[in-house]
Amino acid sequence: MATAVTPEAVEKVVFDALPQFGAEPSEISREATFDDLDIDSLDLAELSQIIEDEFGVQLKGDDIGKIKTVGDAVDMVVSRAG
Amino acid sequence: MKREIAVTGLGAVTPLGVGARTLHERWIAGTSGIEDGEGPCSEFEPTEHLSVKEARRSDRFTQFALAASDEALKEAGWDDEAPYDPKRIGCIVGTGIGGIDTLTRNHQVLLEQGPKKVSPLSIPLMMGNAAAGAVSMRHNLRGPSFAPVSACSAGAHSIGEAMELIEYGRADAVVTGSSEAALVPLARAAFGALDAMSELGISRPFDARRDGFVMGEGAAILVLEDAEQARARGATILAYVRGYGATSDAFHLTAPDSEGAGATEAMRLALADAGLTPEDVVYVNAHGTSTPLNDRAETLAIKAALGEAAKHIPVSSTKSAIGHLLGAAGSVEAVATILALRDRIAPPTLGLEESEEGLDLDYVPGKARPLDIDGKPAVGLSNGFGFGGHNAVLCLEAA
Repeated sequence: MATAVTPEAVEKVVFDALPQFGAEPSEISREATFDDLDIDSLDLAELSQIIEDEFGVQLKGDDIGKIKTVGDAVDMVVSRAG
Repeated sequence: MKREIAVTGLGAVTPLGVGARTLHERWIAGTSGIEDGEGPCSEFEPTEHLSVKEARRSDRFTQFALAASDEALKEAGWDDEAPYDPKRIGCIVGTGIGGIDTLTRNHQVLLEQGPKKVSPLSIPLMMGNAAAGAVSMRHNLRGPSFAPVSACSAGAHSIGEAMELIEYGRADAVVTGSSEAALVPLARAAFGALDAMSELGISRPFDARRDGFVMGEGAAILVLEDAEQARARGATILAYVRGYGATSDAFHLTAPDSEGAGATEAMRLALADAGLTPEDVVYVNAHGTSTPLNDRAETLAIKAALGEAAKHIPVSSTKSAIGHLLGAAGSVEAVATILALRDRIAPPTLGLEESEEGLDLDYVPGKARPLDIDGKPAVGLSNGFGFGGHNAVLCLEAA
């Protein structure tokens, strides 16, 4: 059963996932860019998988191309669910 | 004229520990890296060499290669900046199998949890060229980069191809070697089903009781440079790659030609490529797998290739100390050969106690001994033969 999609819930899952890709936990914020966090396309492919698993929301390659910041990713998941 | 090829850096991760010299010193001391019938790299800790991100972006076989490449480049004096245009530096890192641990783990995920749970990193980690790609990225090597995949001859093939890239002017330097990490249930079961592995879990090449190889894992990386440019930049030259011979048995998918014809020819070609004769060879690092077939065929091949001289040349097998590293074997053994030649020492074939009729070369049983070469150049051969009938032989000379 997928978790209800709220901005808070998505943010928590994303924030929790990023350190395993090597992002520095203290640098993670909605405003941080994935570039700054050294998160690249392969990491985002893994992040998409975690999000789909948790919320049942699929992010496609096109979507991922538009995401620059952590906040962008959270907002996109929330808007796709709505 | 072909260019002369210098070796300026060595690195290794093996069942005897981390480091090329660790391998050399422990082998000549008679230490074995084999435990419970396998040769694992128990002393290797990925996080000592790689960041969290690098470690999760690499299968174990790539991790070995990255650690060995750091060691080799440091020895070559390249750790800050490479002394050549990056576009003129190649990177050839072979393997027998590639990321089989990644493959089997993700296949299990597929079967148990479905296709949506398979990691997007599966392919980039398991592909046979993953180590070559990762080493090239880590050190900004922008010349030709690829991965020979030729089973247990992949290491010797990689170094041979690297040598030729420089010889013919396509690169000024090449970071080369090979890697393997196949200590997983599928590989154990598959080699077991082939009857190729020792049921007793004992690696004793050339011994009458040998019953198959013991599987090991590891990697070695060498820095090869155009010798003239290496000298010009004041590099310490450790050795020269003098010759390379490669042939195919065209005989059987897994068994060597029982007369060792392809292996014989590869040794002859390596010597001819070096412009040397059997009398110049002071040491042979045998492929010496501890399988009944290889060790017999290889003995015949050494006799055929080296003739009368074979009677007096020490021949030993690194696999007696670390097991068979499959695709990594050739490069690890080239490193071991270079260090043995540099120290003028014949490392031992450990565990060799019972001789077999016809296996009558000087296999240096049990204990290392000095190479008494009377001031002759320290020239050796390193043999690598693989399933598929591939044969690759390197002629190496200590500087």
